[in-house]
Amino acid sequence: MTGPGLDIRLVACAKTFTDGTRALEPLDLDIAAGETVVFLGPSGCGKTTTLRIIAGLERPDPGGRVVFAGRDVTPLPVEKRDIGMVFQSYALFPNMDVAGNVGYGLKVRRIPAVDRRRRVAEMLEMMHITELAARSVDQLSGGQKQRVALARALAVRPRVLLLDEPLTALDAKLREELRIEIDRLLRNLGITAVYVTHDQAEAMALGDRIVVMERGRVAQVGTPREVYLSPANPFVARFIGTLNVVSGEAADGHLHLPGGRLALNGAGSIPASGRLSVAFRPEAVAVIPLINPGDQPHPDGGLIGTVTAAFFLGDHIRLVIDGAGESAIVALAPNHHRFTPGDRVHLAVDGGAMPFAEG
Amino acid sequence: MNWRFIVPLFLTLLLCAFLMIPVGLSVTAGLTVNFFQGVESGLTLRWVAEVWRLYEGTIYLSLLIAVSCLGVTLVLGVPMAYVLAKRRSRLTRLLEELLVMPVAVPGLAIALALLITFGGFREFRMSWAFILVGHVLFTLPFMVRAVLAVLSSIDLKGLEEGARSLGAGFFRRFFQVVLPNCKSGIVAGSLMVVTLSVGEFNLTWMLHTPLTKTLPVGLADSYASMRLEIGSAYTLVFFLMLVPLLVALQWLGGPTSPRRRSSIDPNRRRRP
Ligand SMILES: Nc1ncnc2c1ncn2[C@@H]1O[C@H](COP(=O)(O)OP(=O)(O)OP(=O)(O)O)[C@@H](O)[C@H]1O
Ligand SMILES: [Mg+2]
Repeated sequence: MTGPGLDIRLVACAKTFTDGTRALEPLDLDIAAGETVVFLGPSGCGKTTTLRIIAGLERPDPGGRVVFAGRDVTPLPVEKRDIGMVFQSYALFPNMDVAGNVGYGLKVRRIPAVDRRRRVAEMLEMMHITELAARSVDQLSGGQKQRVALARALAVRPRVLLLDEPLTALDAKLREELRIEIDRLLRNLGITAVYVTHDQAEAMALGDRIVVMERGRVAQVGTPREVYLSPANPFVARFIGTLNVVSGEAADGHLHLPGGRLALNGAGSIPASGRLSVAFRPEAVAVIPLINPGDQPHPDGGLIGTVTAAFFLGDHIRLVIDGAGESAIVALAPNHHRFTPGDRVHLAVDGGAMPFAEG
Repeated sequence: MNWRFIVPLFLTLLLCAFLMIPVGLSVTAGLTVNFFQGVESGLTLRWVAEVWRLYEGTIYLSLLIAVSCLGVTLVLGVPMAYVLAKRRSRLTRLLEELLVMPVAVPGLAIALALLITFGGFREFRMSWAFILVGHVLFTLPFMVRAVLAVLSSIDLKGLEEGARSLGAGFFRRFFQVVLPNCKSGIVAGSLMVVTLSVGEFNLTWMLHTPLTKTLPVGLADSYASMRLEIGSAYTLVFFLMLVPLLVALQWLGGPTSPRRRSSIDPNRRRRP
């Protein structure tokens, strides 16, 4: 229905606010037509600022350029950029009902009333809120408001959709539900989308690519897989998912830890000896309950530790294990096991331990 | 029924009585044949007719000034409140403080200042526009404050950015998004301005000429020089004028939320 999206190019976009806050260091980024790019990072890292620069709500510092499909739009204000935008605070117009909100962009574009009504009905249908057409916006739930906001942004068939933490104000279940819906929408419409969030699960689920930001800088750009499995630096590794970091002495191809030793066959560039840190994800740990007090770690590499906490999370069990490394290790176990604090367990780390240089 | 209900109710009624009884007495005085003999002397509309004959002009002038004053304060005050709400800086805060000055300074002082400044412009000095200027000075802060209060309580920046992202330029979003969303403030401010303008005495008394008397000035005049019954009948006329005016304004403002409107007719298009 919506025409294919356009490609966006950011060239040396920096932002210094009038009060001297440097919100964004010069940023270069290419976003392909139809791609969904997610900006992910902790609070205050400059995600919203970047989005607002793309939207035209902020101007980049002199020298920065925003290019839409080869056309330099830097001097254009937001109202001339033909984008759709969804705000965390919804920003719905309280003086209009739902249909009025959804149709507003069309009215601005002087679309005849008949076509406008048809388009509004179509959008309401798409967002499953047809029955809300005549409601006032302050009679809506948070999820309904966000559906209206999406319908409003998409009604004008923008070629770029910008979303700033659209789901943050919603509860977990609704967030999941809407996230799936947004994902479906973005894929079906083929629209170029830029999505800002600080929720890594959301970023993983929605993004074709994720831009991880840290204090006004891009820490890494990559597919969810790349960002998760080969984080560019410790910040990214820690920000995306849980990461276990253990340090010990490396000798004869193993890392020696209080609870045993880990084979260092995973990566090539590991020094043969000396102090070393490695990192691995909880799901890379295979946990086996130990029954005999005299059990030893596996000769090819393994650690023995004690369960200090076990959380049954439905589809798996999340364990916190002490004694294996210098600090606690988080591991996941299948949900048919039973663990109680004090249980001794054997940990084997699947080949994917990463060398880890703490900055 | 318990004490927590009865005590406030009693206090409210007492307060109402305190406010209403003098008004009621005054109104009856305007309708009795002879105030000193009391109601037994009979009721009459003679005094009301007399007031109308003597002071018809002041009533029209008061209305004219009030409506003009409302127009001017709307045109000046609403954009002013908008600017104050949008740009929070030292300058705008200073401006906001300055705006309160005419309320704090006695009306007589303002009038004096106006006389000194504009007294030389004879034509202007003699016209009702001179009084209008005084009224605008006096009522503008009320309009600005009322609108500003609403503008600062809504997410003005968010709403405007929402409208901008949909392609709405400045005038469009000002008239279609900003104004409708501060309607309650505009109505409250308008009520204030009209009431204040119609009832204003201090300034007006200083600024008026024999040909530009407003209703309250005429009222003072009649109390000072006429029979008490005429003064009282004048009060009655004042009420008969003011109350429908205020009700009409409230009604024009309509329901402040779009809720009722939209539940009546979903397809009705809004005025821009
Ligand atoms: N108008 C402004 N004036 C001055 N500083 C600002 C302004 N807007 C944002 N900043 C600062 O710029 C930095 C980046 O802000 P930004 O809103 O982009 O963060 P964010 O990544 O979106 O954070 P969050 O997840 O909390 O929304 C912050 O330090 C913020 O305080
Ligand atoms: Mg933000």
